Amino acid sequence: MTIERRILLKAGAATAALALVGSAPLRADEVNAWQDWRDQILDEREVVGDGIVLGLPAVAENGAQVPLTIRVDSPMTVDDHVRTIHIIATRNPAPEIGTFHLTPSLTRAEVMTRIRIAEEQEIIVLAELSDGRVLQQTASIIVSIGGCAT
Amino acid sequence: MSTPRVRLPRSAAAGEEIEVRTLIDHPMITAVSSDDPRDMLANFTATMNGETVFTYDFGNGSAANPTFTFYLRAAAPGDFTFVWTHEDGTEFRAEESVAVS
Repeated sequence: MTIERRILLKAGAATAALALVGSAPLRADEVNAWQDWRDQILDEREVVGDGIVLGLPAVAENGAQVPLTIRVDSPMTVDDHVRTIHIIATRNPAPEIGTFHLTPSLTRAEVMTRIRIAEEQEIIVLAELSDGRVLQQTASIIVSIGGCAT
Repeated sequence: MSTPRVRLPRSAAAGEEIEVRTLIDHPMITAVSSDDPRDMLANFTATMNGETVFTYDFGNGSAANPTFTFYLRAAAPGDFTFVWTHEDGTEFRAEESVAVS
């Protein structure tokens, strides 16, 4: 998983930078919370592809209200549809952003909502299909004002 | 406070795609970095003619005044119920009908 390595490297670099200016480094459990959540969702399954299109601004002024559109290429039939979509934050105080449960009554696997972003990070989206396969996509975002003050 | 708003077309042909937009006024206080007590919605459910068609489980990263857009295949009679359930069990409901012919 190259994406995980990249985030870990970034986390390592951030910790090093913080150490240089004398702040407390990130605690290991904070860095790993999103990985535990992702592992729990995957439940031993492998990600088989990245067929998800994410609409997320590269830079957000206000991290408290960030629009996110998620689109998975799916016919949304009874036999072949997206069942669940999970949104995971890699550097929010809590990794759980939210989980959609879709049904074949929907015409498309396309949803929009608004999310909170505490600081610059990567957002991970996992889509579970009706046949059990899992897709993953990521997007990077920078915020001017963090959105986790409540 | 917590007034739900839903936007749907007034009418549609059976099988036609309709866009659903929902919004509810809610502060979604996680209490992670404030002294205010936690005040969060737990989930949102949309049903069409009594059948669940779309649900969402709110995590701490869900924004205040939650909004959703999604797309449905209209089926007669076109009776919709939208329910936001708070973590304390309180329900906020909206009911709408689309004339499906």
